[in-house]
Amino acid sequence: MARITAGVTTSHVPAIGAAIDLGKTREDYWRPVFDGYEFSKKWIRKQKPDVIFLVYNDHATALDLRLVPTFAIGCAAEFPPADEGWGPRPVPMVKGCPDLAWHVAQSVIQDDFDLTIVNEMFVDHGLTVPLSLMFGEPREWPCLVIPFAVNVVVYPPPSGQRCYKLGKAIRRAVDSFDGDLNVQIWGTGGMSHQLQGPRAGLINQPWDKRFLDRLRDEPDELAKVPHLEYVRDAGSEGIELVMWLIMRGALNADAKEVHRFYHVPASNTAVGHVIYENTV
Amino acid sequence: MALKKPYADVPGTTIFDADMARRGYHLNQFCMSLMKAENRERFKANERAYLDEWPMTEEQKQGVLTRDYNRMIAAGGNIYYLAKLFATDGQSFEQAASSMTGMSREEYRAMMLAGGRSPDWKPTKKG
Repeated sequence: MARITAGVTTSHVPAIGAAIDLGKTREDYWRPVFDGYEFSKKWIRKQKPDVIFLVYNDHATALDLRLVPTFAIGCAAEFPPADEGWGPRPVPMVKGCPDLAWHVAQSVIQDDFDLTIVNEMFVDHGLTVPLSLMFGEPREWPCLVIPFAVNVVVYPPPSGQRCYKLGKAIRRAVDSFDGDLNVQIWGTGGMSHQLQGPRAGLINQPWDKRFLDRLRDEPDELAKVPHLEYVRDAGSEGIELVMWLIMRGALNADAKEVHRFYHVPASNTAVGHVIYENTV
Repeated sequence: MALKKPYADVPGTTIFDADMARRGYHLNQFCMSLMKAENRERFKANERAYLDEWPMTEEQKQGVLTRDYNRMIAAGGNIYYLAKLFATDGQSFEQAASSMTGMSREEYRAMMLAGGRSPDWKPTKKG
């Protein structure tokens, strides 16, 4: 059967993608960010996942105001990188896993989570920056990817509790798939940041660090944090962190944290990155 | 019954809720059109003429023409949509964000390098 072996969380700041694409990763400003992923690149080469279930948000790229699904699962065979206003990132085509994606879609919908099924979709920096951080700059991505887009742009986003429970449903779905697949689930975005208005530039390091501890130790409680606390304490765009709870819900309660990295700033954002392994 | 807005008193922050999404629909969809290279060229060649193709309010158009991002947000713009506009100008999120704070780009960058803005920040009253 398929099994979820590990979870990864990471910020997906677009400027990180630009730093990679423009060859700036060794500059003084960026070096500390990329150093935080050196362990991760080695780790994932050993893990060799077959499929990554990649939870991210589309930033008004493939999904604009014409259509705002709360949860959308990419079931296509391919997802091209999007032109977000400065030309597409020079990264490989993202290859999907329609067999598992459709299986998860059916299972999770029948488990009372109403997903939107997407068969054609461009993917933006929210999805490709995490791949670049973990895999570097390969000619082809070394595994398949199921894009899972969460609305955190138009209010109201799904609650932390809803996301956490959805993660558990995704876990049940993957466990019931006939096919020997090593699956990882990634939760991306965050940590504290605010990109808009006179309060832009907000960062809350104590809050972020407590979030990382609680994500590991008491996710059931962390899932109860309301939308307002994210906005007030982690900035209007800090709400992206509910996506990390989808990942956490899909892992074992006693999943082991094998790597943690936190750095301020990358552009406007506090970068957080954690790796968990599911205990067998 | 009116929808509750528990986030309304967070200072310096506009939540992109139902009211804002409705108000800003055409402004945001105009921004989306800039994801196509040919539209970026047409917009850059004559901004006013391009904007006049959209059923936007004059206030929204003036916000775009003056690149006043706070004004665009007050008129229903959302930052991820507006990003297409500042990307068309070759600007980063950092530059756009700093423009909304009343700080110079250098001051803003220095603030971020020093750990960012405190969550306890309050807007200063302009006298």
